[in-house]
Amino acid sequence: MTNFFQYVVSGLSTGSIYALVALGLALVYRSTRILHFAHGDITTAGTFFAFTLLGLNLHFWPAFILAMVFGALIAMTFYFCVLVPAQRREATQLGQIILTVGLGLILQGLISYFGGTEPQSFPFPLSDTKIYRLGNVVISELSIGTFGIGLLTCLFLYLLVQKTRLGLAMRATSENLPAAQTMGIPTRGILALSWGLAAALGVLAGLFLAPTLLLDPFFMLEPFLKGFAAAILGGLNSLPGAIIGGLILGVSESLAGGFISIAFKNTFAFLIIILVLLVRPEGLLGEEFIERV
Amino acid sequence: MDLIESYKEELQLIRKPWTRVWVGAFVLALLLLPWYAPEHITYVFSIIFIYTVGVQGQNLLIGYTGQISFGQAGFLAIGAFTFGHLSRLGIPWPIGLLGAGLAAGLFGLVVGFPSLRLKGPYLAIVTLGFGVAVYQVFVNSEVLSGGRMGMIIQKLSPHFGLSRITYNYYFNFLIALLFTLVSYNIISSYMGRAFIAIRDNDIAAEVIGVNLTFYKLLSFAVSSFYTGVQGGLYGLFLGYLEPNMFTFMEAITLFVAVIIGGLASVEGSIMGAAFVILVPQVFSSFKEMVPVVYGVTILIVLIFEPYGLYGRWFKMRLYFRNWPFR
Repeated sequence: MTNFFQYVVSGLSTGSIYALVALGLALVYRSTRILHFAHGDITTAGTFFAFTLLGLNLHFWPAFILAMVFGALIAMTFYFCVLVPAQRREATQLGQIILTVGLGLILQGLISYFGGTEPQSFPFPLSDTKIYRLGNVVISELSIGTFGIGLLTCLFLYLLVQKTRLGLAMRATSENLPAAQTMGIPTRGILALSWGLAAALGVLAGLFLAPTLLLDPFFMLEPFLKGFAAAILGGLNSLPGAIIGGLILGVSESLAGGFISIAFKNTFAFLIIILVLLVRPEGLLGEEFIERV
Repeated sequence: MDLIESYKEELQLIRKPWTRVWVGAFVLALLLLPWYAPEHITYVFSIIFIYTVGVQGQNLLIGYTGQISFGQAGFLAIGAFTFGHLSRLGIPWPIGLLGAGLAAGLFGLVVGFPSLRLKGPYLAIVTLGFGVAVYQVFVNSEVLSGGRMGMIIQKLSPHFGLSRITYNYYFNFLIALLFTLVSYNIISSYMGRAFIAIRDNDIAAEVIGVNLTFYKLLSFAVSSFYTGVQGGLYGLFLGYLEPNMFTFMEAITLFVAVIIGGLASVEGSIMGAAFVILVPQVFSSFKEMVPVVYGVTILIVLIFEPYGLYGRWFKMRLYFRNWPFR
């Protein structure tokens, strides 16, 4: 039983990382109906930027905030300089998804060129080895921090989307783009903001993930795929779904790794998603697609 | 994209006499390549032929049927390792290649089942999960992947007094030619038209009598058959296999080849295969820059020329054919 709780606790901590990544993907999908395949690479770019700043003896918090702004800038530049021209030329849905794959490849190459492919350890204010005990369950300072930041971000996003005028504009834009335009909402700015916000959330996840993994240009690939799976599990157009999907995925993966086999931990995660999708194709909290011919 | 007036014309492989001339010249140039080009070029072209097979399969799925798949590396791995095990049992290569294709095709059928219910992004994630799962299975199971040192496969022994590189070149050339002809036949038959109808609108296709279940599954099976054969050829060519050759990046490479070459065109698949093999060769001294080149090309292609290299080529031909009219 102790083991069980231990796995659940560590699963919740990784799950909140997945939830952050999934939130970013869901934000982008909700607003522009695009699957954001460059999300992981933007995250990596932001984390590397933070690493460089820390190397210049900058303090942690300004470096982290600058890194998030950096990630947001990449995403917004991509939106304005690539996606908008492509949409003007009437690129298809598949075409726009492939554009993000292209951005991912570019960033990946540039990161390997400037950042080097050698794995580096990432300095962090919270320690991985300092542990607290709750009964028989052991929690490290870093996992508490990760879980806390996950909760805080979800709260912040909830307040932003549900309680502010900006959030109202975002919801209106994702609900019905032409109608929002008619109402005088600057939809292009709102969409760019969604992309930037998503990238900032991703970079935050990357920053909290980098201390446990070593930092190399591909360190985000697996968490990104997991975040993707989590977003789909929860339903791509639902923000609460992304959070719940992330936590479910983290916990179930940790349990599967603990009780069944550690080698097939990743495979189990994907198997769960495939099974859920076969039963409920729109995800746990997503809305049904209705298609007319 | 030419104007076709009769069914007989539709079935023809090449419709214009001048096209016959330059296609003939191109094939002849490829046939004679080992006699005038340096060995290195011959070697690179053999790899292009191998990739041509898989990219065509991927194009049948993405370009013609309109189903996204990011799990192509999984089929590649299944094909390659099936071939490896069969050849270790002493089974000759034709049956080995067929077995590789069939094994991959069988798994393609299994992966095709979710495609009956899922669309677009959801299908992408399922196929991606399949690719990751296959990779993990091969990494973790030494029985399947042939041990820590990888799997050694006996290469082809050259006949007719040709050198090994030349023999391999002709071998892969003939197989690529065979699969190209098969692709042309698929797309000009009922099967190809059913695929295209499903891509354009699957509900409408079902309404006019295309068996959706059958043709979606068939498309997955055929596409993964091609990819499996590519895996087998790759194993036979390199004589060596290990699971790390089939990561997510490999699936992305095949995907990039289809997009850059041109969706829904066989010629485009060949051009795309040549592109993804030649770029790393040209940029061999800046290895990190290869993904950047892929990415920039994708952005340029999708914004300015959605039909890819083949689309550009087609427009150039049209320009000269109609010259001086525009």
